[in-house]
Amino acid sequence: MDNTKKNILIVDDDVDILEQIKMYVTSYGFNPITLSSQKEAEKFLETNKPDLAIFDLMMEKDDSGFILSYKLKKKYPDVPVIIATAVTSEAGMVFGIDEKGERDWIKADLYLEKNLRADQLEREIKKLLKL
Amino acid sequence: MTTLKVLVVDDEPAIRSGVIRILKNHNVSFPFIQEDFDFELIEAGTAEIATEILEKTKIDIMLLDNKLPGMEGIEFLKIVSEKKLDLAVMMITSHASLDLAVMATRRGAYNFVPKPFTPQEMRAAIESIAKHLYLKRMTSTLKEEGKQIRFKFLSVLSHELKSPINAIEGYLRIMQEKQAGENINNYKVMIERSIDRIKGMRGLIMDMLDLTKIESGTKTQNLKPVDICEIARMTLDSMYPLAIQKNVKIYPDLIEELTVTADPSEVEIIFNNLISNAVKYNKDGGKVFFTIKKQDENIIIIVEDTGIGMNEEEQKQLFKEFVRIKNQKTQQISGSGLGLSILQKLVDMYKGNIQVDSKEDVGTKFTVTLPLIK
Repeated sequence: MDNTKKNILIVDDDVDILEQIKMYVTSYGFNPITLSSQKEAEKFLETNKPDLAIFDLMMEKDDSGFILSYKLKKKYPDVPVIIATAVTSEAGMVFGIDEKGERDWIKADLYLEKNLRADQLEREIKKLLKL
Repeated sequence: MTTLKVLVVDDEPAIRSGVIRILKNHNVSFPFIQEDFDFELIEAGTAEIATEILEKTKIDIMLLDNKLPGMEGIEFLKIVSEKKLDLAVMMITSHASLDLAVMATRRGAYNFVPKPFTPQEMRAAIESIAKHLYLKRMTSTLKEEGKQIRFKFLSVLSHELKSPINAIEGYLRIMQEKQAGENINNYKVMIERSIDRIKGMRGLIMDMLDLTKIESGTKTQNLKPVDICEIARMTLDSMYPLAIQKNVKIYPDLIEELTVTADPSEVEIIFNNLISNAVKYNKDGGKVFFTIKKQDENIIIIVEDTGIGMNEEEQKQLFKEFVRIKNQKTQQISGSGLGLSILQKLVDMYKGNIQVDSKEDVGTKFTVTLPLIK
């Protein structure tokens, strides 16, 4: 990992979306780390601490993003998490979670609609990193 | 035109009249729903007044402010959800904290509109909730009619179609913003990927049409004597380009001729699915062995590959609609997740069976037995 730049962990099972977010994050001057599954991300987080994480919601499981978010926050409470999802409605937050127990521990700093404009994503990341 | 009754519960008269102004002459339609919707608006300044209205009138959508004099919105929501009314709730709130959102969602709120909102935001939110309400009601009707599976199929389908759209939209946006500079050559990979995703979508649509035809029984079976080895050879011819591209070699071992009564297009779909999977999920330099033989009354079709294989858990999922085995090895491979469901259905139609033997990183062997020889 680059020590001078902030490390942004991006996890999405869609290779194209992963590429796109990576490109944006690089253009903001951060160091992107891309992984394509919940499993890989869990393994990565065992030994690495990113400065910020962006998770897709639906990967191997419908709630992979929530699970990752929970696990990351448990280990590194200070790392901001963005959940990027196509599940949110046009208007606001809609959670696609079915099981009641799971709703109790959703921990993310921000929910974002996929296909956000480049400048919006930059603003949100910088705000969370307090830059 | 269907009129949905919307109850606006907010203590600020300005918000109520704002919502009414925005929605009064608004109507929404969705490409997949035949009906159009418009809105009849009813106001309440407190939860108590809203309760009285809910007792007397059948409300479809409730817009609920959280900060109310007396009982708070979130408390009222709990009471409403306990009544199990057939209505959808949208929270209007100026402080959309995650805690509140989670609590409200648990109590059955469908979405949130932050205050202050623009007319566009309110209209988008109402469209979304109207669609949700319609689908919810549709689901319960379908459930009664035993058509729930079909509905699940549709909801998964919409997700499968949405993913490529998102990816393509993302690339287009990058191009629109000229993120990689003025030179079009810088966008070559993005354009190629977009085309690939569109191809994948088209494949999904074709597969889906095949599947719906088979399932609804409208596909008329064109039964006639066919030489299935001839069909096998034709299928192989059409597969070679893909095999060359993937650097996979196919070894056919077919008997000379085998004429049975079957629908040639269905036999072709069976071969196509088996061989294209064996090629797609193979390794660089891999092999595919394709055997057709006679055994008593049965035709045995064996397609064996030296590909990435599957573990036991993945094998269990294999024939379910839209299940694509997702892992690092498969993420670059495009597929609709319908091919094997189609295969299964066709094989069932011929009263045959499919056997799968697979080992991770070693390969997969499909054995299809069709009792076609009379």
